[in-house]
Amino acid sequence: MATLLHHIQHDHIHISAPLALDSGQNLPELTIAYQSYGTLNADKSNAILICHALTGDQYVASNHPATGKEGWWVRMVGPGKPIDTDKYFVICSNVLGSCLGTTGPASINPATGQPYAMSFPVITIADMVRAQAKLIDHLGIDQLHAVVGGSMGGMQTLVWTVNYPQRLRSAIVIASAARHSAQNIAFHEVGRQAIMADPHWQDGNFYASGLNPTKGLAVARMAAHITYLSEEGLTEKFGRRLQARDIKSFGFDADFQIESYLRYQGLAFTDRFDANAYLYITRAMDYYDLAEPYEGRLALAFSKAKDVRFTLVSFDTDWLYPTSESRRIVQALQGAGASASFVELSSPFGHDSFLLDCPPLDRLIAGALNNRG
Amino acid sequence: MTLRTDLAIIADAVPEGRRVLDVGCGDGTLLSALRRNRNVDARGLELDAAKVTAAIAAGESVVQGDANHDLDAYPDDAFDFAILSQTLQTTERPDLVIEQLLRIAPRAFVSFPNFAHWRVRWSLMRNGRMPVTRLIPVAWYETPNIHHLTISDFRHLMVERNIRVENAWFLSGGRLISDSAANWRAEHAIYQIARS
Repeated sequence: MATLLHHIQHDHIHISAPLALDSGQNLPELTIAYQSYGTLNADKSNAILICHALTGDQYVASNHPATGKEGWWVRMVGPGKPIDTDKYFVICSNVLGSCLGTTGPASINPATGQPYAMSFPVITIADMVRAQAKLIDHLGIDQLHAVVGGSMGGMQTLVWTVNYPQRLRSAIVIASAARHSAQNIAFHEVGRQAIMADPHWQDGNFYASGLNPTKGLAVARMAAHITYLSEEGLTEKFGRRLQARDIKSFGFDADFQIESYLRYQGLAFTDRFDANAYLYITRAMDYYDLAEPYEGRLALAFSKAKDVRFTLVSFDTDWLYPTSESRRIVQALQGAGASASFVELSSPFGHDSFLLDCPPLDRLIAGALNNRG
Repeated sequence: MTLRTDLAIIADAVPEGRRVLDVGCGDGTLLSALRRNRNVDARGLELDAAKVTAAIAAGESVVQGDANHDLDAYPDDAFDFAILSQTLQTTERPDLVIEQLLRIAPRAFVSFPNFAHWRVRWSLMRNGRMPVTRLIPVAWYETPNIHHLTISDFRHLMVERNIRVENAWFLSGGRLISDSAANWRAEHAIYQIARS
C-alpha cells in the first residue's frame, strides 16, 4: 500500500537548491534516491548510469525493499554479468516524479508540510535527466562511461546524448523511441482515466485518508501490461485456457487464465507504486518528443552528439516501441554523422524482451560497453 | 586473424585514418582490421541480424540494414571510402547501389565474382546448366546472386556512367593475377572507382 511504501528508507542525496523544470516551475528542493554497485575507479572513468523504465526503480540488482523480489535487471548487472560490476561502477537512481525515495507527488511539499499530490509540477523526461545529472555531479563524475536504458530508460538515455553530449562516451538504447506516438499516448490516457475514476483517488489527495486508489491503479497497470507483451507470447502462455476450472462460469469471475494473470499483475503493482506518480510519469512520457525543440528534425537534435557511440536495439515482437521507431533514430544519427549501431533482435516476449532472457542482447551490451582495443 | 584475400587487398588500399563504410560488412572482420591496423573510422551496414550482433559484440559500429534501401540515410560525402565486397551481384539494382556508394563517398571499392571466368563458361557450355563453382557455389534457384555480371560488364557500366576506374585487382584461386585476359582468367575482381 502506498502509505507503507512511503515509510521505506532509501539511500539518497538531498539537494536544497531549487531545480528549474521544463514547465517553467521550480522544485524548491530535491531528494534523489539511488543504488550503486561496484567501485568507482581513481580517475572516475568507469561509471555507468542505468536509467529505469516507467514503473522500474533503482533496485536494478538488489532486492526490492517493498516486495522482496530480486532486482529487475539482475540477469544483466552484477559481477561477471554483461554490465560487469567487477569492472564498472554502476549507478541507478529513482526517476524524478517516482515513489521509491526520489522527490515525486507523494513527497512532502516543504511549503505546506503536506504531500504535493497534484500540486506537484508536471515534469518531463528532460527534467528526470536534469535530476540525474545533479546526482552525477554530486558523485564527482565528469563523464560517464555509458548511459544505458530500456523503454523510458532509453528515452532518458537519448536525452542525455542530446542535452549533455560531452558527459557520456556511449549510449545504449533498448526498445525505445524518440517520441511518444498517438497510440502510446492513448494507452497512457486509459491508465490515467482509470486512476482518476477511482473514488479513492480523491483528486490525488488520498494520502491522509487511509484509502488508496488501488482499483484504478490496478486497471491502469493491466492495460499497460498488455502493451508490454506480444500477441504471440500471450497466446503461447495463456491461449484460451480456463483458470482453475473445467467449464466457463457464465459469470464475470476470472474464467480465463489471462484474466487471472492480469488481475494479479494489477493488484501486485499497487503494493509498490503510487497512483499519482503513475499519472506524472506517464504524462512526462507523453510530452516526450526529442525532435520538438529542433523544428521536428531529429538529426539536428543529435548534432552535438557526434562523439557519443550509440547502440540501439529493438525487438521484432515489440509493438509498443517498434523497430520502425529505432530505425528513425538510427537514420537521424546517420544523417548527423554520429557513430551508430543498430540491430533488431528476435524474441517472443514483446516489449518486455529487454528484461527477459535474450542471450544476443547480453553479448551486444557487453561488446558495446567494452573499450575498443 | 587472416583476412580473405579480397578484403586484405582492400584493407591495404585504404589510407590511414580515413572514414569508411563497409556495405555488407558481415561480422565486421574488415572493419576490425581497418580500425586496428589503419586507425580508420570504420562503420558497417549488414542485413543479417546474427552477423550484426557478432560485429557489435566485437566492438564495431554496425547498423542492420540493406544495401538496396538503407543507403539513403547517409548524407553526401559522409565517408572517404565506401566498400561493397561480394555483394553487388545480390542487389536489386547494382547500378543504383554504385550510384549511392559514390554519393556517400567520393571513392569506392567494389568486388564481385566474374561470371565470364573460363570455368563458368565451360560449365555452362558443356552442361547447358547454370554453373555451380567455388565462387558461385549455390544452385540457381536459391542463390542470392540475382544479377550475375562479368568483368567486361562492369567495365562497360563504368564507361557508360562516366565513373573513373582508379585501380583493379584480379584473383584466381585466391591469388592475384595480371590483368591480361582478366575476363577469362579471373574468378574474382576488385575495383577501386571514383567520381569523375
